[in-house]
Amino acid sequence: MTLGKHMMQMALLLGAFAAIGSGLVALTQNATAERIAAEERATLLRNLHSLIPPALHDNDMSKDAIEVTSKALLGTDQPVTVYRARLKGVPVAAILSPVAPDGYSGEIKLLVAIRYDGTIAGVRVVSHKETPGLGDAIEIARSDWIKGFDGRSLINPGDDGWRVKKDGGIFDQFTGATITPRAVVKATHKCLQYFSANRDTLFASPSGGTSNGKQ
Amino acid sequence: MANSDYGKIAQDGLWNNNPALVQILGLCPLMAVSGTVINGLGLGIATLMTLVLSNVTVSLIRHQIKPDVRIPVFVVVIASIVTAIELAMNAYVHELYLVLGIFIPLIVTNCSVLGRAEAFASKTTPGRAALDGFTMGLGFLVVLVLLGALREALGKGTLFSQAHLMFGEGAKWMTITLVEDYRGFLLAILPPGAFIGLGLLIALKNVIDNRNKQRRAAAATAAVPSLGAGTAA
Repeated sequence: MTLGKHMMQMALLLGAFAAIGSGLVALTQNATAERIAAEERATLLRNLHSLIPPALHDNDMSKDAIEVTSKALLGTDQPVTVYRARLKGVPVAAILSPVAPDGYSGEIKLLVAIRYDGTIAGVRVVSHKETPGLGDAIEIARSDWIKGFDGRSLINPGDDGWRVKKDGGIFDQFTGATITPRAVVKATHKCLQYFSANRDTLFASPSGGTSNGKQ
Repeated sequence: MANSDYGKIAQDGLWNNNPALVQILGLCPLMAVSGTVINGLGLGIATLMTLVLSNVTVSLIRHQIKPDVRIPVFVVVIASIVTAIELAMNAYVHELYLVLGIFIPLIVTNCSVLGRAEAFASKTTPGRAALDGFTMGLGFLVVLVLLGALREALGKGTLFSQAHLMFGEGAKWMTITLVEDYRGFLLAILPPGAFIGLGLLIALKNVIDNRNKQRRAAAATAAVPSLGAGTAA
Protein backbone atom coordinates (compact mmCIF):
# COMPACT_ATOMS: atom_id res chain seq x y z
CA MET A 1 0.00 0.00 0.00
CA THR A 2 1.39 3.42 -0.88
CA LEU A 3 1.74 6.03 1.79
CA GLY A 4 -0.84 8.29 0.18
CA LYS A 5 -3.43 5.54 0.01
CA HIS A 6 -2.73 4.60 3.62
CA MET A 7 -3.18 8.19 4.80
CA MET A 8 -6.40 8.47 2.84
CA GLN A 9 -7.74 5.33 4.45
CA MET A 10 -6.91 6.56 7.94
CA ALA A 11 -8.48 9.94 7.23
CA LEU A 12 -11.67 8.26 6.01
CA LEU A 13 -11.78 6.02 9.09
CA LEU A 14 -11.37 8.97 11.43
CA GLY A 15 -13.90 10.97 9.41
CA ALA A 16 -16.42 8.16 9.65
CA PHE A 17 -16.13 8.01 13.44
CA ALA A 18 -16.35 11.79 13.69
CA ALA A 19 -19.56 11.67 11.64
CA ILE A 20 -21.07 8.92 13.81
CA GLY A 21 -20.10 10.78 16.98
CA SER A 22 -21.58 14.06 15.75
CA GLY A 23 -24.70 12.19 14.72
CA LEU A 24 -25.10 10.80 18.23
CA VAL A 25 -24.67 14.24 19.77
CA ALA A 26 -27.11 15.80 17.28
CA LEU A 27 -29.74 13.15 18.05
CA THR A 28 -29.40 13.65 21.81
CA GLN A 29 -29.48 17.41 21.40
CA ASN A 30 -32.62 17.12 19.32
CA ALA A 31 -34.27 14.85 21.87
CA THR A 32 -33.44 17.00 24.90
CA ALA A 33 -33.58 20.59 23.55
CA GLU A 34 -37.21 21.14 24.43
CA ARG A 35 -36.85 19.81 27.95
CA ILE A 36 -33.66 21.78 28.59
CA ALA A 37 -35.36 25.02 27.47
CA ALA A 38 -38.32 24.26 29.74
CA GLU A 39 -36.03 23.50 32.71
CA GLU A 40 -34.06 26.70 32.19
CA ARG A 41 -37.25 28.74 32.04
CA ALA A 42 -38.63 27.03 35.14
CA THR A 43 -35.41 27.76 37.05
CA LEU A 44 -35.51 31.39 35.95
CA LEU A 45 -39.18 31.77 36.89
CA ARG A 46 -38.56 30.15 40.29
CA ASN A 47 -35.80 32.70 40.93
CA LEU A 48 -37.96 35.60 39.76
CA HIS A 49 -40.95 34.43 41.80
CA SER A 50 -38.89 34.19 44.96
CA LEU A 51 -38.52 37.97 44.63
CA ILE A 52 -41.87 39.01 43.17
CA PRO A 53 -44.51 36.42 44.21
CA PRO A 54 -46.88 35.27 41.44
CA ALA A 55 -49.83 36.84 43.31
CA LEU A 56 -48.50 40.35 42.71
CA HIS A 57 -48.46 40.23 38.91
CA ASP A 58 -50.29 38.56 36.04
CA ASN A 59 -47.78 38.69 33.18
CA ASP A 60 -45.10 36.14 32.22
CA MET A 61 -41.99 37.85 33.58
CA SER A 62 -39.62 35.48 31.84
CA LYS A 63 -40.94 36.76 28.49
CA ASP A 64 -41.60 40.42 29.42
CA ALA A 65 -37.94 41.31 29.34
CA ILE A 66 -35.59 43.83 27.78
CA GLU A 67 -31.83 44.18 27.72
CA VAL A 68 -30.02 47.28 28.91
CA THR A 69 -26.37 48.22 29.10
CA SER A 70 -24.68 50.45 31.65
CA LYS A 71 -21.12 49.71 32.66
CA ALA A 72 -21.10 52.45 35.28
CA LEU A 73 -24.26 51.49 37.16
CA LEU A 74 -24.86 47.81 36.36
CA GLY A 75 -21.25 46.69 36.69
CA THR A 76 -20.72 45.07 33.29
CA ASP A 77 -20.35 46.15 29.68
CA GLN A 78 -22.48 43.16 28.68
CA PRO A 79 -26.24 43.67 28.20
CA VAL A 80 -28.17 43.12 31.43
CA THR A 81 -31.64 41.58 31.35
CA VAL A 82 -34.51 43.43 33.02
CA TYR A 83 -37.67 41.41 33.75
CA ARG A 84 -40.85 43.37 34.30
CA ALA A 85 -43.81 42.49 36.48
CA ARG A 86 -47.19 44.02 35.65
CA LEU A 87 -50.70 43.62 37.03
CA LYS A 88 -53.43 44.31 34.45
CA GLY A 89 -50.83 46.15 32.40
CA VAL A 90 -49.80 48.48 35.25
CA PRO A 91 -46.09 48.29 36.16
CA VAL A 92 -45.52 46.60 39.53
CA ALA A 93 -41.80 45.97 39.75
CA ALA A 94 -38.69 45.28 37.72
CA ILE A 95 -36.03 42.65 38.33
CA LEU A 96 -32.58 43.64 37.13
CA SER A 97 -29.58 41.35 36.93
CA PRO A 98 -26.58 43.58 37.66
CA VAL A 99 -23.05 42.45 38.44
CA ALA A 100 -20.89 43.42 41.41
CA PRO A 101 -17.53 43.52 39.62
CA ASP A 102 -15.40 43.94 42.74
CA GLY A 103 -16.04 40.81 44.80
CA TYR A 104 -13.18 39.17 46.70
CA SER A 105 -12.65 36.70 43.86
CA GLY A 106 -14.28 38.03 40.75
CA GLU A 107 -17.77 38.97 39.77
CA ILE A 108 -20.87 38.45 41.89
CA LYS A 109 -24.01 38.17 39.79
CA LEU A 110 -27.17 39.49 41.42
CA LEU A 111 -30.88 39.70 40.90
CA VAL A 112 -32.30 42.95 42.28
CA ALA A 113 -36.07 43.35 42.40
CA ILE A 114 -37.26 46.96 42.70
CA ARG A 115 -40.89 47.95 43.13
CA TYR A 116 -42.32 50.71 40.96
CA ASP A 117 -42.10 53.12 43.91
CA GLY A 118 -38.33 52.60 44.11
CA THR A 119 -38.17 50.31 47.18
CA ILE A 120 -36.33 47.03 47.03
CA ALA A 121 -38.49 43.91 46.99
CA GLY A 122 -35.50 41.65 47.37
CA VAL A 123 -31.94 40.87 46.33
CA ARG A 124 -30.52 37.44 45.52
CA VAL A 125 -27.09 36.19 44.54
CA VAL A 126 -27.19 34.20 41.31
CA SER A 127 -23.54 33.18 41.15
CA HIS A 128 -20.29 34.04 42.89
CA LYS A 129 -16.84 32.66 43.63
CA GLU A 130 -16.42 34.09 47.14
CA THR A 131 -14.66 32.14 49.86
CA PRO A 132 -16.81 29.28 51.19
CA GLY A 133 -17.59 29.78 54.86
CA LEU A 134 -16.72 33.49 54.83
CA GLY A 135 -18.00 35.43 51.81
CA ASP A 136 -20.71 32.98 50.88
CA ALA A 137 -22.98 34.26 53.65
CA ILE A 138 -24.42 36.48 50.91
CA GLU A 139 -26.33 33.39 49.71
CA ILE A 140 -29.87 33.18 51.02
CA ALA A 141 -29.29 29.50 51.77
CA ARG A 142 -26.52 30.39 54.23
CA SER A 143 -27.71 33.52 56.02
CA ASP A 144 -30.45 36.12 56.06
CA TRP A 145 -28.00 38.94 55.44
CA ILE A 146 -29.25 39.52 51.90
CA LYS A 147 -32.76 40.17 53.26
CA GLY A 148 -31.39 43.32 54.90
CA PHE A 149 -32.00 45.11 51.60
CA ASP A 150 -35.74 44.45 51.62
CA GLY A 151 -37.70 47.70 51.75
CA ARG A 152 -34.62 49.89 51.33
CA SER A 153 -34.52 52.65 48.72
CA LEU A 154 -32.36 55.58 47.63
CA ILE A 155 -33.75 57.71 50.47
CA ASN A 156 -33.84 54.93 53.09
CA PRO A 157 -31.00 55.17 53.98
CA GLY A 158 -29.47 58.15 52.15
CA ASP A 159 -26.26 57.94 50.13
CA ASP A 160 -24.06 57.83 53.25
CA GLY A 161 -25.97 54.88 54.67
CA TRP A 162 -25.42 52.68 51.60
CA ARG A 163 -22.20 51.25 52.98
CA VAL A 164 -21.19 48.46 55.31
CA LYS A 165 -21.01 49.45 58.99
CA LYS A 166 -17.21 49.44 58.95
CA ASP A 167 -17.36 52.22 56.32
CA GLY A 168 -19.96 54.21 58.25
CA GLY A 169 -23.09 52.76 56.63
CA ILE A 170 -25.95 50.69 57.97
CA PHE A 171 -25.29 47.24 56.46
CA ASP A 172 -23.53 44.52 58.44
CA GLN A 173 -20.27 43.08 57.24
CA PHE A 174 -19.29 39.49 58.04
CA THR A 175 -16.58 38.41 60.43
CA GLY A 176 -13.53 37.91 58.28
CA ALA A 177 -15.13 39.15 55.07
CA THR A 178 -15.75 42.83 54.38
CA ILE A 179 -14.98 42.98 50.68
CA THR A 180 -17.82 40.67 49.63
CA PRO A 181 -20.70 42.51 51.41
CA ARG A 182 -19.16 45.86 50.43
CA ALA A 183 -19.31 44.83 46.76
CA VAL A 184 -22.92 43.67 47.05
CA VAL A 185 -24.05 46.83 48.87
CA LYS A 186 -22.36 49.02 46.27
CA ALA A 187 -23.83 47.11 43.31
CA THR A 188 -27.33 47.20 44.82
CA HIS A 189 -27.07 50.93 45.48
CA LYS A 190 -25.95 51.61 41.91
CA CYS A 191 -28.72 49.42 40.58
CA LEU A 192 -31.25 51.56 42.47
CA GLN A 193 -29.70 54.67 40.94
CA TYR A 194 -30.02 53.16 37.47
CA PHE A 195 -33.65 52.25 38.12
CA SER A 196 -34.59 55.69 39.39
CA ALA A 197 -32.93 57.41 36.40
CA ASN A 198 -34.52 55.10 33.82
CA ARG A 199 -37.73 53.85 35.40
CA ASP A 200 -40.20 55.02 32.79
CA THR A 201 -38.08 53.89 29.84
CA LEU A 202 -37.57 50.49 31.50
CA PHE A 203 -41.30 49.82 31.67
CA ALA A 204 -42.21 51.48 28.35
CA SER A 205 -39.71 49.65 26.11
CA PRO A 206 -41.30 46.82 24.13
CA SER A 207 -40.31 43.25 25.10
CA GLY A 208 -37.14 41.95 23.54
CA GLY A 209 -35.88 45.48 22.95
CA THR A 210 -32.67 47.05 24.16
CA SER A 211 -32.03 50.41 25.76
CA ASN A 212 -28.88 52.14 26.84
CA GLY A 213 -30.58 54.39 29.35
CA LYS A 214 -29.19 57.34 31.21
CA GLN A 215 -25.89 56.60 32.88
CA MET B 1 -11.55 -19.93 34.07
CA ALA B 2 -14.05 -17.35 32.92
CA ASN B 3 -15.59 -16.75 36.36
CA SER B 4 -12.40 -16.00 38.23
CA ASP B 5 -11.41 -13.81 35.29
CA TYR B 6 -14.53 -11.65 35.74
CA GLY B 7 -13.90 -11.69 39.48
CA LYS B 8 -10.40 -10.40 38.96
CA ILE B 9 -11.66 -7.57 36.67
CA ALA B 10 -14.11 -6.53 39.39
CA GLN B 11 -11.52 -6.75 42.15
CA ASP B 12 -9.04 -4.69 40.12
CA GLY B 13 -11.51 -1.91 39.43
CA LEU B 14 -12.87 -1.68 42.95
CA TRP B 15 -9.74 -2.25 44.98
CA ASN B 16 -6.39 -3.48 43.62
CA ASN B 17 -6.21 -1.01 40.74
CA ASN B 18 -8.77 1.58 41.93
CA PRO B 19 -8.56 4.61 39.61
CA ALA B 20 -8.55 7.17 42.42
CA LEU B 21 -6.63 5.35 45.17
CA VAL B 22 -4.04 3.39 43.18
CA GLN B 23 -3.79 4.83 39.67
CA ILE B 24 -4.40 8.34 41.11
CA LEU B 25 -6.20 9.34 37.90
CA GLY B 26 -8.94 11.91 37.40
CA LEU B 27 -7.83 13.96 40.39
CA CYS B 28 -9.07 17.30 39.07
CA PRO B 29 -12.79 16.47 39.23
CA LEU B 30 -12.20 14.30 42.30
CA MET B 31 -10.76 17.25 44.23
CA ALA B 32 -13.11 19.88 42.90
CA VAL B 33 -16.47 18.15 43.19
CA SER B 34 -16.10 16.08 46.37
CA GLY B 35 -17.33 18.86 48.66
CA THR B 36 -20.59 17.06 49.44
CA VAL B 37 -21.90 13.49 49.12
CA ILE B 38 -24.50 14.46 46.52
CA ASN B 39 -22.01 16.28 44.28
CA GLY B 40 -19.67 13.32 44.47
CA LEU B 41 -22.48 10.89 43.73
CA GLY B 42 -23.64 12.96 40.74
CA LEU B 43 -20.23 13.16 39.13
CA GLY B 44 -19.49 9.55 40.06
CA ILE B 45 -22.59 8.29 38.26
CA ALA B 46 -21.82 10.42 35.18
CA THR B 47 -18.24 9.11 35.11
CA LEU B 48 -19.41 5.52 35.61
CA MET B 49 -21.86 5.79 32.70
CA THR B 50 -19.14 7.30 30.52
CA LEU B 51 -16.69 4.51 31.39
CA VAL B 52 -19.19 1.72 30.64
CA LEU B 53 -20.42 3.24 27.37
CA SER B 54 -16.97 4.19 26.10
CA ASN B 55 -15.47 0.80 27.04
CA VAL B 56 -18.25 -1.11 25.27
CA THR B 57 -18.10 1.12 22.18
CA VAL B 58 -14.31 0.89 21.95
CA SER B 59 -14.47 -2.87 22.39
CA LEU B 60 -17.14 -3.22 19.66
CA ILE B 61 -15.11 -1.25 17.13
CA ARG B 62 -11.72 -2.69 18.14
CA HIS B 63 -11.37 -4.69 14.89
CA GLN B 64 -12.25 -1.71 12.69
CA ILE B 65 -9.76 0.73 14.20
CA LYS B 66 -6.24 0.93 12.81
CA PRO B 67 -3.48 1.46 15.37
CA ASP B 68 -2.40 4.72 13.68
CA VAL B 69 -5.64 6.55 14.42
CA ARG B 70 -6.84 4.70 17.51
CA ILE B 71 -6.22 7.52 20.01
CA PRO B 72 -8.11 10.20 18.00
CA VAL B 73 -10.94 7.73 17.44
CA PHE B 74 -11.11 6.95 21.19
CA VAL B 75 -11.18 10.66 21.96
CA VAL B 76 -14.01 11.24 19.45
CA VAL B 77 -15.98 8.32 20.94
CA ILE B 78 -15.49 9.52 24.52
CA ALA B 79 -16.24 13.17 23.69
CA SER B 80 -19.48 12.21 21.90
CA ILE B 81 -20.62 10.05 24.82
CA VAL B 82 -19.82 12.72 27.41
CA THR B 83 -21.62 15.41 25.41
CA ALA B 84 -24.69 13.20 25.13
CA ILE B 85 -24.59 12.54 28.91
CA GLU B 86 -24.17 16.25 29.57
CA LEU B 87 -27.25 17.07 27.49
CA ALA B 88 -29.25 14.35 29.23
CA MET B 89 -28.22 15.65 32.69
CA ASN B 90 -29.10 19.19 31.67
CA ALA B 91 -32.55 17.95 30.68
CA TYR B 92 -33.34 15.52 33.51
CA VAL B 93 -31.36 16.65 36.59
CA HIS B 94 -31.12 20.31 35.69
CA GLU B 95 -30.21 21.70 39.14
CA LEU B 96 -27.51 19.13 39.77
CA TYR B 97 -26.21 19.94 36.30
CA LEU B 98 -25.99 23.61 37.33
CA VAL B 99 -24.03 22.67 40.47
CA LEU B 100 -21.58 20.32 38.77
CA GLY B 101 -21.19 22.76 35.88
CA ILE B 102 -17.91 22.52 34.02
CA PHE B 103 -16.93 19.19 35.60
CA ILE B 104 -19.33 17.18 33.46
CA PRO B 105 -17.74 18.16 30.11
CA LEU B 106 -14.36 17.74 31.82
CA ILE B 107 -15.04 14.00 32.20
CA VAL B 108 -13.63 13.86 28.65
CA THR B 109 -10.25 14.76 30.09
CA ASN B 110 -10.45 12.24 32.93
CA CYS B 111 -7.40 10.11 32.09
CA SER B 112 -8.96 6.99 33.52
CA VAL B 113 -11.58 6.96 30.71
CA LEU B 114 -9.04 7.09 27.87
CA GLY B 115 -6.74 4.88 29.92
CA ARG B 116 -9.28 2.06 30.19
CA ALA B 117 -10.17 2.37 26.49
CA GLU B 118 -6.54 2.07 25.45
CA ALA B 119 -5.23 -0.38 28.02
CA PHE B 120 -8.19 -2.72 28.37
CA ALA B 121 -11.32 -2.25 26.23
CA SER B 122 -9.52 -2.13 22.88
CA LYS B 123 -8.08 -5.60 23.52
CA THR B 124 -11.06 -7.52 24.85
CA THR B 125 -14.68 -8.55 24.40
CA PRO B 126 -17.58 -6.11 24.99
CA GLY B 127 -18.78 -8.06 28.05
CA ARG B 128 -15.44 -7.89 29.82
CA ALA B 129 -14.99 -4.27 28.74
CA ALA B 130 -18.40 -3.38 30.18
CA LEU B 131 -17.57 -5.06 33.50
CA ASP B 132 -14.21 -3.30 33.61
CA GLY B 133 -15.86 0.07 32.89
CA PHE B 134 -18.51 -0.58 35.52
CA THR B 135 -16.15 -1.62 38.31
CA MET B 136 -13.56 1.07 37.52
CA GLY B 137 -16.40 3.62 37.48
CA LEU B 138 -17.80 2.23 40.71
CA GLY B 139 -14.35 2.34 42.31
CA PHE B 140 -14.08 6.00 41.34
CA LEU B 141 -17.65 6.72 42.49
CA VAL B 142 -17.08 5.11 45.91
CA VAL B 143 -14.00 7.25 46.51
CA LEU B 144 -15.85 10.39 45.38
CA VAL B 145 -18.72 9.63 47.76
CA LEU B 146 -16.43 8.70 50.68
CA LEU B 147 -14.35 11.83 50.22
CA GLY B 148 -17.54 13.87 49.83
CA ALA B 149 -18.93 12.39 53.05
CA LEU B 150 -15.69 13.03 54.93
CA ARG B 151 -15.46 16.65 53.77
CA GLU B 152 -19.16 17.37 54.21
CA ALA B 153 -19.31 15.86 57.71
CA LEU B 154 -16.20 17.72 58.88
CA GLY B 155 -16.83 20.93 56.97
CA LYS B 156 -20.56 21.42 57.34
CA GLY B 157 -21.70 18.89 59.91
CA THR B 158 -24.23 17.34 57.52
CA LEU B 159 -24.56 14.40 55.13
CA PHE B 160 -26.63 14.25 51.93
CA SER B 161 -27.35 17.99 52.03
CA GLN B 162 -29.03 19.22 48.83
CA ALA B 163 -30.28 15.71 48.06
CA HIS B 164 -33.22 17.34 46.27
CA LEU B 165 -30.86 18.41 43.48
CA MET B 166 -30.60 14.78 42.45
CA PHE B 167 -33.77 13.10 43.71
CA GLY B 168 -36.32 15.94 43.54
CA GLU B 169 -38.07 17.98 46.24
CA GLY B 170 -39.31 14.81 48.00
CA ALA B 171 -35.75 13.89 48.97
CA LYS B 172 -35.13 16.73 51.44
CA TRP B 173 -35.63 14.26 54.30
CA MET B 174 -32.43 12.51 53.27
CA THR B 175 -30.29 15.32 54.64
CA ILE B 176 -28.74 14.24 57.94
CA THR B 177 -27.61 16.94 60.32
CA LEU B 178 -24.83 15.40 62.38
CA VAL B 179 -24.20 18.38 64.62
CA GLU B 180 -26.79 21.10 65.26
CA ASP B 181 -25.55 24.69 64.86
CA TYR B 182 -22.21 23.44 63.58
CA ARG B 183 -19.95 26.40 62.95
CA GLY B 184 -18.24 24.69 60.02
CA PHE B 185 -14.66 23.67 59.48
CA LEU B 186 -13.50 25.65 56.47
CA LEU B 187 -10.36 23.64 55.76
CA ALA B 188 -12.38 20.54 54.92
CA ILE B 189 -14.47 22.39 52.32
CA LEU B 190 -11.55 24.16 50.64
CA PRO B 191 -9.16 22.39 48.20
CA PRO B 192 -6.57 21.48 50.90
CA GLY B 193 -9.30 19.45 52.60
CA ALA B 194 -9.65 17.42 49.41
CA PHE B 195 -5.93 16.66 49.27
CA ILE B 196 -5.71 15.77 52.95
CA GLY B 197 -8.87 13.68 52.73
CA LEU B 198 -7.67 11.76 49.68
CA GLY B 199 -4.28 11.24 51.34
CA LEU B 200 -6.02 9.76 54.38
CA LEU B 201 -8.13 7.45 52.19
CA ILE B 202 -5.03 6.21 50.31
CA ALA B 203 -3.23 5.68 53.62
CA LEU B 204 -6.23 3.75 54.96
CA LYS B 205 -6.23 1.51 51.88
CA ASN B 206 -2.52 0.81 52.33
CA VAL B 207 -2.99 0.01 56.02
CA ILE B 208 -5.76 -2.48 55.14
CA ASP B 209 -3.63 -4.01 52.37
CA ASN B 210 -0.62 -4.39 54.69
CA ARG B 211 -2.71 -5.91 57.44
CA ASN B 212 -4.20 -8.41 54.99
CA LYS B 213 -0.75 -9.29 53.72
CA GLN B 214 0.55 -9.84 57.26
CA ARG B 215 -2.48 -11.92 58.13
CA ARG B 216 -1.97 -14.07 55.04
CA ALA B 217 1.72 -14.46 55.87
CA ALA B 218 0.87 -15.31 59.47
CA ALA B 219 -1.75 -17.80 58.30
CA ALA B 220 0.80 -19.39 55.96
CA THR B 221 3.39 -19.84 58.70
CA ALA B 222 0.74 -20.93 61.18
CA ALA B 223 -0.56 -23.49 58.72
CA VAL B 224 2.66 -25.46 58.79
CA PRO B 225 2.91 -26.23 62.54
CA SER B 226 -0.84 -26.76 62.77
CA LEU B 227 -0.53 -29.29 60.01
CA GLY B 228 2.25 -30.98 62.00
CA ALA B 229 0.14 -30.79 65.16
CA GLY B 230 -2.73 -32.33 63.26
CA THR B 231 -0.72 -35.34 62.21
CA ALA B 232 0.71 -35.73 65.70
CA ALA B 233 -2.78 -35.85 67.16
